[in-house]
Amino acid sequence: MSPVASSTSASDVLVIGSGAIGAAIAYYCTRRGLSVTVVDSGAVGSGTSSQCEGNLLVSDKEHGPELDLANYSLKLWQGELSEHSHLWEFENKGGIIVASQDSSMASLQRALRVQREHGIRVEEIDVAELKRYEPNVTDEAVGAAFYPDDSQVMPMLVTAHLMRMAAEAGARIWPYTEVTGFLRGGENVLGVTTTRGSFWADAVINAAGPWGGQVARLAGVNVPVEPRRGYVLVTEPMEPKVFRKVYAAEYIDNVGSSDGGLQSSPVVEGTPAGSILIGSSRERVGFDTTFNPQAVQQIAANAVKLFPFLAETRILRHYFGFRPYVPDHVPVIGPDPRAPGLWHACGHEGAGIGLSVGTGKIIAQAVAGEQTDLPLEDFTPARFDELSEASA
Amino acid sequence: MSERRCDVVVVGAGPAGLAAAVQASRAGAQVLLIDQSIRPGGQFWRHAAEEHDADPGRWHHGWSTYTALASELQAAVDAGDVEYLCGHHVVTAQQISPAQQIGSAQLQLTIQPVPELAAGARGLMTVRAPAVVLCPGAYDRQLPVPGWTLPGVMAAGGIQAFIKTQGVAPGRRAVLAGTGPFLLSAAASVLQAGGEVAAVCEAANLTGWVPRGAAAALVPSKGAEGAEYIRLLAKHRVPYLRRTAVTAIHGEHRAEAVTLSRLDSNGAVIEGKQRYLDDVDLVGLGWGFVPQSELVVQCGARTRVDVDGSLIGVVDVHQRSSVEGLYLAGEITGVAGATAAVVEGRIAGRAAAREAGYTTGGARQLAAAQRDKVLRVNHRAFAQAMHRAHPLPEGWESWMQQDTVVCRCEEVPYQRLKEAAQTLSAQEPRGLKGTTRTGMGWCQGRMCGTAASCVARRSGAEGAEESAVAVAKRPLAAPVRLADLAERDPSA
Repeated sequence: MSPVASSTSASDVLVIGSGAIGAAIAYYCTRRGLSVTVVDSGAVGSGTSSQCEGNLLVSDKEHGPELDLANYSLKLWQGELSEHSHLWEFENKGGIIVASQDSSMASLQRALRVQREHGIRVEEIDVAELKRYEPNVTDEAVGAAFYPDDSQVMPMLVTAHLMRMAAEAGARIWPYTEVTGFLRGGENVLGVTTTRGSFWADAVINAAGPWGGQVARLAGVNVPVEPRRGYVLVTEPMEPKVFRKVYAAEYIDNVGSSDGGLQSSPVVEGTPAGSILIGSSRERVGFDTTFNPQAVQQIAANAVKLFPFLAETRILRHYFGFRPYVPDHVPVIGPDPRAPGLWHACGHEGAGIGLSVGTGKIIAQAVAGEQTDLPLEDFTPARFDELSEASA
Repeated sequence: MSERRCDVVVVGAGPAGLAAAVQASRAGAQVLLIDQSIRPGGQFWRHAAEEHDADPGRWHHGWSTYTALASELQAAVDAGDVEYLCGHHVVTAQQISPAQQIGSAQLQLTIQPVPELAAGARGLMTVRAPAVVLCPGAYDRQLPVPGWTLPGVMAAGGIQAFIKTQGVAPGRRAVLAGTGPFLLSAAASVLQAGGEVAAVCEAANLTGWVPRGAAAALVPSKGAEGAEYIRLLAKHRVPYLRRTAVTAIHGEHRAEAVTLSRLDSNGAVIEGKQRYLDDVDLVGLGWGFVPQSELVVQCGARTRVDVDGSLIGVVDVHQRSSVEGLYLAGEITGVAGATAAVVEGRIAGRAAAREAGYTTGGARQLAAAQRDKVLRVNHRAFAQAMHRAHPLPEGWESWMQQDTVVCRCEEVPYQRLKEAAQTLSAQEPRGLKGTTRTGMGWCQGRMCGTAASCVARRSGAEGAEESAVAVAKRPLAAPVRLADLAERDPSA
């Protein structure tokens, strides 16, 4: 039968969640000599990390802490982690935002000016240049912007390899181990109880992605992370026809939106395996797993507008994942002063794969008592109100 | 995009589907029968390519059952009681949420023409009905073996289908290998089509049949069919080798020879007990059958893992699934063969018609229903005994080479799967898929799903059923053009 954690199971760090964020935390903590235990209610990476696209984007970011975290993460992917790039199919392919109307081109230009002021590398390109980058893009395009730093990774490979390297450095991983409560000493969090017994730890880190809000509630604190569902369509494999990550100007507005209803905008990209991934939709429907034909229909219609050749392309499958949404669109990272010993690293919405390594590294630095490369105050969970009766 | 409504939709026109459609129609229901082929019969009663075949029944078992069902179907179609929509795939199947419910329809299917059969026809169609009977059948279960990607290597079921449609064997000298009585049936087809069979290799030792003889005795027709094959094989002096498997297929450009290995009680290769068999240009591999479960999974009906390891739909005595209005019949409720499928189809057809408001009350009908109840139980018992006698050899990985391709669509070798399972925490098929692309290609894991599940489970995974469902999760049962998805009526 299933093994049960012994009553002496204790470590420096206990991570709840084995997605990309949990794996990055485990990786960076073990690099600092900390003992690490990871628990997950399912298999490794079986949540959002296996149901997303693997974006490392600066192009969809607004000025603020999330952009800082994106730039910082990008430096890690391209710097100290670059020796592993081939393992997770890191591709610095660049992103292109296409405007198909004069009005959207005007908003795109406004966005560019602001992004440039904040250090995002971006160039405005005309239609001729756009066609050189993407010969198959729509003839309706009136202009575009090129972001050379936008990149892509294979999210499951990121998760699996970071977790492998953490395990090789001593991290213990407990899949199918669900957290049922917290071990407390007064206000302090001393560990967790699970379906396989208790785990004690100096720092308990909530990296449960879209389930992060539920985990926080178990500890009696309010971290308002909610699932936001997004669909992705996968085409038959083919010769490369889409070369960058290409999306329409409306995508930026959707990312920044808090609307609960269905929104969609085309995001199209090729993969090393030859299939094309087509996004995106966002809707807040809880953890509802019922198929929404409308979301798939809208994504398909948008994609065909952006790349007309796709009309004749066949979709082999589609999938959806729950993105960990927070109302202010800033990830929740750092110690929770309301429950000392509990930390959070969740709420990255659709950017968690790209931001995983930056998040993992600053968490590890803070847990180890080092100066963090980015100020954690910007991401603090203390910004939320106390747990109200309504949300409990 | 057009929409149709009817009382009962039957998906699949094989043995179960034909029986269900005919039975529901007899009860008075308006039936829509959807099938991907252009002629009824399914895989089991697959038709010859030549329409004017003088003796179409000669390759078939239970042909008289087929002709009776087919002519009754034709009469019902002529009378306007059954609409027979051939050459169409069902792409999705869903429950209609209470908020969207109009009238008595509880289930909704989207269907599209099979592109190869309907040139020019395109677009998705929506079908709603109060009752749906899914009879999707099964396909050959495969295990990889070195050399299995060579031309000349086919699924045992593929060989039989080829013979049924073409009337000739796809090779001159064949070896059939795997497990289960179907190997005998496939070998018989090769012999009847004028081919030679060098050997039939059965991985099981078959002593398992002895204590379960009682179950076999309940279905005498099965025993007679088996005896007929054995006689035919004996007449042609075909060796029937137990506890033996084809563990390598050799050849430069196509299959030319095979290695036969003795297996131990665990199904693993016994070193030193190998035999090289030359002059073989056709290798048929069959390890039982996998029910097509994606539509059942899409509907959210309860499933379980059967004794043969297949994911099957759970049904009650009326073939009713856990989803309102959804009935299942045939291999999808447990692989048991065509005769059992016909019985289940009849039961499901009656019950689906009742659900749609049509009852049959006569004494004769009641007696027939009662008879079917008994037959169903006997067939199930026989099938369970058969599965226990023909298990997948646990030790099959012993014949794998590091570079043997497991996932043919994405060309993933065995070694990469093993590494992922051991070092990348890919302890279930979904994890293997994410880290190695196994099952992500054209066949969406239909070919490699069994092998991938074994490799993952071997590494100590839990939740066998959860992972079986994950393998069967195919949100589109067939590829769909993006333009067709884009045109789909959002309100549908």
